[in-house]
Amino acid sequence: MDYTPHSNKEIKEMLSFLGIKFLKDLYNNIPDKIKQKKELKLPEPLSEIELLGRLKFISKKNISTDNRISFLGAGNYDHFIPSVVNYIISKPEFYTAYTPYQSELSQGILQSMFEYQTMMCELTGMDISNISLYDGATSVAEAANMAISINKKKKILISETIHPEYRQVLKTYMKPRKIEVFEIPMKEGITDKGQIKENLIDESSCLIIPQPNFFGNLEPIDEIFPILSGSNTLAIACVNPLSLALLKPPADFGADIVVGDGQILGNPQSFGGPSFGFLTCKKKYLRKTPGRIVGQTVDSAGNIGYVLTLQTREQHIRREKATSNICSNQSLNVLAACVYLSYVGRDGLYEIAELCYRNAHYLFQKLVAIKGINPTFNSKFFNEFVVYIDLDSTELKKILSKKGILGPICLEEWYPSLKKRYLFAVTEKRTKDEMDLLIDTLNKALKVK
Amino acid sequence: MNDRLIFQIPYLEKGKQILPTVPNEISSIEINIPDNLKRKKAPELPQISEPQLIRHYNKLSKKNFGVDTGFYPLGSCTMKYNPKINEEISRLENFVNIHPYQDEEDIQGALQLMYELDVLLCEITGMDKFTLQPSAGAHGELTGLFIIDAYHREKGNKRKNIIIPDSAHGTNPASVTMAGYNAVAVDSDENGKVDLKKLNELLDKETAGLMLTNPNTLGFFDENILKISKMVHDVGGLVYYDGANLNAIMTISKPRDMGFDIVHLNLHKTFSTPHGGGGPGSGPIGVTKELSKFLLIPTVELNNKGRYYLNYDKKDSIGKVKAFYGNFNVLIKAYSYILSLGAKGLKRASQLAVLNANYLKKHLSKYYHIPYPEICMHEFVISAIWQKEKGIRALDIAKRLMDFGFHPPTIYFPLIINEAIMIEPTETENKETLDMFIKAMIQIAKESDKNPEILKSAPHKTQIKRLDEAKAARDLILKYEYK
Repeated sequence: MDYTPHSNKEIKEMLSFLGIKFLKDLYNNIPDKIKQKKELKLPEPLSEIELLGRLKFISKKNISTDNRISFLGAGNYDHFIPSVVNYIISKPEFYTAYTPYQSELSQGILQSMFEYQTMMCELTGMDISNISLYDGATSVAEAANMAISINKKKKILISETIHPEYRQVLKTYMKPRKIEVFEIPMKEGITDKGQIKENLIDESSCLIIPQPNFFGNLEPIDEIFPILSGSNTLAIACVNPLSLALLKPPADFGADIVVGDGQILGNPQSFGGPSFGFLTCKKKYLRKTPGRIVGQTVDSAGNIGYVLTLQTREQHIRREKATSNICSNQSLNVLAACVYLSYVGRDGLYEIAELCYRNAHYLFQKLVAIKGINPTFNSKFFNEFVVYIDLDSTELKKILSKKGILGPICLEEWYPSLKKRYLFAVTEKRTKDEMDLLIDTLNKALKVK
Repeated sequence: MNDRLIFQIPYLEKGKQILPTVPNEISSIEINIPDNLKRKKAPELPQISEPQLIRHYNKLSKKNFGVDTGFYPLGSCTMKYNPKINEEISRLENFVNIHPYQDEEDIQGALQLMYELDVLLCEITGMDKFTLQPSAGAHGELTGLFIIDAYHREKGNKRKNIIIPDSAHGTNPASVTMAGYNAVAVDSDENGKVDLKKLNELLDKETAGLMLTNPNTLGFFDENILKISKMVHDVGGLVYYDGANLNAIMTISKPRDMGFDIVHLNLHKTFSTPHGGGGPGSGPIGVTKELSKFLLIPTVELNNKGRYYLNYDKKDSIGKVKAFYGNFNVLIKAYSYILSLGAKGLKRASQLAVLNANYLKKHLSKYYHIPYPEICMHEFVISAIWQKEKGIRALDIAKRLMDFGFHPPTIYFPLIINEAIMIEPTETENKETLDMFIKAMIQIAKESDKNPEILKSAPHKTQIKRLDEAKAARDLILKYEYK
């Protein structure tokens, strides 16, 4: 099955207009030596019936989190997605469009993105927002790049409590330019602020702190960011956007740049991608921001309209001097976030955050009451937490999967000192019954022990 | 006729019900956040009913133009039709609701799909192994350059320069800078191809590699490619393939056979996944066996018991360029597309993309200046310099095309052509559409003689008229200000 509409007659007409006999003659310019002689070894073309059948078959080798009770998080979450989100992002005028370079035909995307920029500024308290980076991890790397181009310093401070994969991405991005990534160690599950020494600050371009951090703990960002005051080292917060319904916006603590992952806002887990990365910052850094920005203007008749603006920062104009190489970004995922935030609204976002918090704390309290389960850290948390369970990970997985429970995540692989420490994520989707089943199962398993 | 912003729709007094009622034991839990960290003022988000919300976005969608709306000959972007079955498949529950840290046993389908897509892309390009992690073409470029960096470091010297033709996409030099290299431009010759003499002058022991799009952005296959790759290899450099234009040559010629060491593909161009208004895309990187040890972690592998697994055990890997494994939802659609078309379908797609481009090009050659008249591949560049003599710019022609119901082509790129208009029809357009486009372009050429004002003030039939971009950059209104 292919999607070409040409009849043989039309092909002949077109070829004869060009003075060519066969389609293959269009390629006379390609040297014989590098022309493919044999047909490629690809499977025979499938009809739609066969294709759907085959892909359904493959998909069924996956276990959907909807058929289980999931406590998996760590940067990718099982939040509820209202049905309006898929309805809107499935509109062909949105999803089959390209980047809105031609603004007169792209007002739909452009206005949505302008609305998104407003919402992200509201959530984070910052002045300006771009219209997305690839994901949370690359938003951290791009923010670090931005800081380097602002103050020209060649070292980056990042807390050990940020997602290990985010740190890995940052290192991959920085290594070729010999920019040192210095990890601030943690103490009891939060950034050890005593380690953010003056000499370190002086030589560093920025300090990157997660909120909440990888363990779900709330960082004392109100005490950490002020340490930087008086230096030209940029304060970068990597935040969970949902938590901002409950938490003071990072701007209030002096953040220069705020980044994070937007999957939580209306995008499915989708095996970890696509989601999107957001980036908001102080207005004075506008010309250093990576990615696209939408601005309001008027048309020749005086009507308000929207365009991509400050494109002179971007690769297609500035080439090797651009603020970033990003071109295609994650627009449709941003549109999903925009619809999500508009749908749940001011009160709804607060209620969802509140329920995530309450569910997580209910589960935490019940779990740590079990003999053999202890709290690992003393910190306040949002909707993820870490506990010690006196079971090794294989054993634990086996016990829980019998009851249809997915997660928690074993932390030892990433933090070797955290043996038998497990990370639970609890969203608004988890019911009391589901959590009670987990509590009951662990209670029984540990009693037997 | 502007629509109000979502923030200007009167708010509901109270939010709608979104959550179930929860038992007292949960609802009574106190939110105990330290006062210093606690938010005092709620963010101003809209608060509107569902019907209002739907009407708002419906109105917006009507002011947007996609491939499903009409002809979209945006050069270099390969705006082909996005098959609906692939959308349906990508929404299958067991693809959508899977978590990246589920046990490998529970995600065998996802891993199988990624593994098989890797194999298919290897067969199409001739490469030995792919990573599917990069999120877009530029992200793939960056990954490829990180691999070039790792390769040379292992040999003891990172080297300094990456050579790029002056006709290259802007992402190429921008990626080069991000990878810590200098972008060195090599001029095009009088045929729009790499000037071999100039290239020779630039190549030396500090050449880390060369990035090339083939067919190039002018739409020409560089027949000297074997010479070029040999010249770069002879000084110890690597040759990088920007796959933005692979749509012209699928099954016809493999990048590996041209001497490329690293290849990126744009699944959202060549393999029909939708552009989504600017993303998500996917930019997998394929490499030779020699370079595969540098690939991102994890790679997807198949063991001798027929089980798929994620391989993190790669000590020479350059690391990761995003969290998790890639834009999986996009991978599903590209995989489905390749299985639908098979080798025969891919060949037909490429051939007809090239046929469509040449058919348009020859028809337009009487009315527009064509800098390079020979047979092109899947796209071509015309120049509005004849029209410019009468005060008409490429921009005016682009805007006027909207009045005929077409999305304009890419304009002012590549930079080496004056008043460039870059046209890529793709294979999914029929002759009737092409003929209508030709007719519109001829009329526009005539209007530039007889009625230039109609072009300068275009578009006329769109809901919004020509927008003032300079004002936007001057005023910098970048968000809605609440009163």
